[in-house]
Amino acid sequence: MWDKVIFEMLGEGILTTLYMTLTSTALGYGLGLPMGIALAVTDKQGLKPNAVVYKILDFIANIIRSIPFLILLILLIPFTRLVIGKSYGPSATIVPLVIAAAPFIARMVESSIQEVDKGVIEAAQSMGAGTFTIIWKVLLKEARTSLIVGATIAIGTILGYSAMAGAVGGGGLGDIAIRYGYYRYQTDIMLVTVLLLIALVQILQGIGMMISKKLDHRTAG
Amino acid sequence: MEPIIQIRNVFKTFEGKEHIVEALKDINLDIYPGEIYGIIGMSGAGKSTLVRCLNFLEKPDKGTVTVEGRELSSLSDKELRAARTGISMIFQHFNLLMQRNVLDNICFPLEIVGVGKKAARKRAMELLEVVGLSEKAKAYPSQLSGGQKQRVAIARALANHPKILLCDEATSALDPQTTKAILELLKEINERYGITIVIITHEMAVVQEICTHVAIIDQGDLVEAGPVMEVFQAPKTQAARKLVFQDEQTYDRLSESKKFDGRGA
Repeated sequence: MWDKVIFEMLGEGILTTLYMTLTSTALGYGLGLPMGIALAVTDKQGLKPNAVVYKILDFIANIIRSIPFLILLILLIPFTRLVIGKSYGPSATIVPLVIAAAPFIARMVESSIQEVDKGVIEAAQSMGAGTFTIIWKVLLKEARTSLIVGATIAIGTILGYSAMAGAVGGGGLGDIAIRYGYYRYQTDIMLVTVLLLIALVQILQGIGMMISKKLDHRTAG
Repeated sequence: MEPIIQIRNVFKTFEGKEHIVEALKDINLDIYPGEIYGIIGMSGAGKSTLVRCLNFLEKPDKGTVTVEGRELSSLSDKELRAARTGISMIFQHFNLLMQRNVLDNICFPLEIVGVGKKAARKRAMELLEVVGLSEKAKAYPSQLSGGQKQRVAIARALANHPKILLCDEATSALDPQTTKAILELLKEINERYGITIVIITHEMAVVQEICTHVAIIDQGDLVEAGPVMEVFQAPKTQAARKLVFQDEQTYDRLSESKKFDGRGA
């Protein structure tokens, strides 16, 4: 039974999973990065404290994060259909993935930015830097390493979520694992897909850590 | 001559969770161009708050701060940022950008005011020469010693040709030798460019070493101010006496060999 068809299917599964994961991460950062910056900046200890804006963003992030992904996936079906035109398949899965990932990403961005030394921010202010300059040239640049570590974690989580979407016909490796392993009792295929998922996470993790280490100048040497 | 910095009836209070701290109580002070003005006090006396009022990193609750004839509270955000480029600051913990090398750290204030990359680099190299660190242009702050980091911070502070340099405990994280070298550099900068320097410190030795004038702050009150010689020879208040006498040890630490000269050991 380990014929060409199976290998082709697994190969396509890998590509589909990567497509969903990477696209969702990119789009998730499109929403989550500005949201995370806004959270950090409007925080009580932030650059421009603003209790109202902070509370609203904080509330949105908490609400979405408290809905289990599988349920969010189902809840969002009408919206997904509106955006993509159908509610199943890899591209349709990206919609709930992005919405689930954005607040998660925002939280990580927020905490990365909060790690930036307050003294450095004060120094930039004393030089006459405006808020935008400080965000762009101080906060994001000084937090760079931590942001990349965060992105690596985000990719791993989103990949896990994308596999979960397989339960409702999302496509990719998770879909294969559920169809063959769960519905057809072909445990061997399920095991292989699981191993492939592990390998993908490991590789993406490794790349992320390598980049963040390479870009870090905080330690001597 | 007009004072370059004029502080009038400045109050500042911080509200903590349980109690209110009166960091500054009715502070009045004039600082004239070219002076090296020491502001000294025990930790928690309010001196760091006072120096932050001079560039409005802290806004006073009451009173006015006038720098180069402009009252800071009357300025718009944009004008204030522009004014700050003429009032530089260095810090106890240097506050360099860790992810930028030395040269790019010095370029940063120039980027803020829109100087082109090439011109900024040229100016940064000149400044590195002034502080004696030309060979470290490509190094990152993590590869430098404390004294070298403070030199980079000083170079960065000079980038936009400021009229005033504020030093917030700038030597407190440094050893005595390095402290002395940094103070000499500050003195040289004061003489060479005529920059007015305000030094916040808790060490009398720092004041003795380079300051022309000194103000003593005690629990939010400015208790004494004037030329260093006057204040030192005849401290009028209890707080001033405490600082002057307690600090002879620190002074000895800096003046090394002078310890027993003429004092009859």
